[in-house]
Amino acid sequence: MQNFWSIPRISRRAWKVWHRNLVVFFRTWHVNFFPPLIEAFLYLFAIGMGIGSYVKEIGGIPYVNFIAPAILAIAVMNSAFFECTYGSYVRMYYQKSFDAMIATPLSIEDVIAGELLWGATRSVLYVVIMLPVLAAFGVISFPTSLLAIPLAFLGGLMFGGIAMCFTAITPSIDTLNYPSFLLITPMALFSGTFFPITLLPILFQYIALALLPLTHLVAVMRMLTLPAMTGVLILHLAWIILVTAIFCIVAINLMKKRLIV
Amino acid sequence: MFGFLGPNGAGKTSTMKIIACVSPRTSGTLTVFGMDPETCPVEIKQRLGVVPQETNLDPDFTCYGNLFTYARYFDIPADSAHQKAEELLEFVQLQEKRDVTVEKLSGGMKRRLILARALVNNPDLLILDEPTIGLDPQARHLIWERLKMLQSQGNTIVLTTHYLDEAARLCDRLVIMDNGKILVEGSPADLVKQYVGNEVVEVEKTEEVLSCLTGKNIPFEVIGDNIQIATESSREVIRILFDQCTPHNVLTRPATLEDVFLKLTGRKLRE
Repeated sequence: MQNFWSIPRISRRAWKVWHRNLVVFFRTWHVNFFPPLIEAFLYLFAIGMGIGSYVKEIGGIPYVNFIAPAILAIAVMNSAFFECTYGSYVRMYYQKSFDAMIATPLSIEDVIAGELLWGATRSVLYVVIMLPVLAAFGVISFPTSLLAIPLAFLGGLMFGGIAMCFTAITPSIDTLNYPSFLLITPMALFSGTFFPITLLPILFQYIALALLPLTHLVAVMRMLTLPAMTGVLILHLAWIILVTAIFCIVAINLMKKRLIV
Repeated sequence: MFGFLGPNGAGKTSTMKIIACVSPRTSGTLTVFGMDPETCPVEIKQRLGVVPQETNLDPDFTCYGNLFTYARYFDIPADSAHQKAEELLEFVQLQEKRDVTVEKLSGGMKRRLILARALVNNPDLLILDEPTIGLDPQARHLIWERLKMLQSQGNTIVLTTHYLDEAARLCDRLVIMDNGKILVEGSPADLVKQYVGNEVVEVEKTEEVLSCLTGKNIPFEVIGDNIQIATESSREVIRILFDQCTPHNVLTRPATLEDVFLKLTGRKLRE
């Protein structure tokens, strides 16, 4: 029985894997930079201006300002999750890149850690691209909103870790559709993103708080962009850090089990 | 140069993977450069060059990019990595494809690039898992030539192969293995001599020849509609055949490693 909880031995070489992905990302920057820009505009117009013109405000906050942090949080989730599912799976299974890497001084732990760090970095890049757009529309406040950048790294690491667990156990690339539709899409809708979770039946509120990572990320993000910080921020952050640590450790051990034969 | 030969599923690739610190071993002991792969994988891998069976070049990079990026995984500083990449592109004659993405390369070019990639860290030991699999004769010859060049520079090379002519041509010593066990070990020439003999006489299978050879007590093997007689001196056998057995289509050839291989591992098809 493989130990899923053993602390992986990661060396600084993990950054080489991260750097490899960074180089590829910037070489194809023209396809990588536009999606987050366009995504920000789409959400702002469709939901912010569209629905916002009926809703006006939630709890005294203009509706567009209410959803702005959700746009950021969803971008953090999507970019890390899809990078560490489809992106990592393609590199692992189709390109056999991991096999090539572990023939060098890189260990499998280094490779997966590098992939997770890269997933988180991608979230950061998305947020960095989106922030000026949201700022231009005047729907977020500075300087506290700048803290969204480090938060994006932490949130990206969390969703990257969750994603990598699915990548480690998925039998094929098609079955990665299940977590996308059964986990990511509902989360994007029911985690206090476009309406407060207090509108949900009380049972679902508990479920959202206990099990949906995005709930906590959106909550912290909103405290930063409005800004409206309270002591609960610490609880949300603690939840995120704990879950991040658990999933990243389990992900590396699962991947080790999958790749070492 | 040391060779591992064996049918599919014999355990050649597994052996290579265990040496390369990629697969764990289930039992026994192994030292590479005097170190245990379980405890010192990084130190060992730092000194190894590996050409895997599967082509796993990075499709997101050019030929140069593949070599440069790979060198960086070995902690080679950027300027030395650059120099080494250029040098190796020349070594495998891919300078013209320097800035081409690897997807546009032919099979032979890809294998050459993988060989170059295995050399970025000046390995003390080069492990080649079927280095010429699926290549045309021209590409095979170029790889062979390059391997001989490396050998003459004093490199130690371990290879697995299905191509017995390749093994006979390149290896100083080799083992033939099957089902995870080593059957024989020796130099190609010695093995051929010891297990088959000097020459093989092939003759078309007819009832006459069969009964004649049985009568003369000459050992033979029937393969399809062909009879093969391994011998030290073909002249003797041919004289007997022509004098007494009225054979059709007689052919004499030197005994090869393939005869040894088939004799030891059988003719049954492997999965």
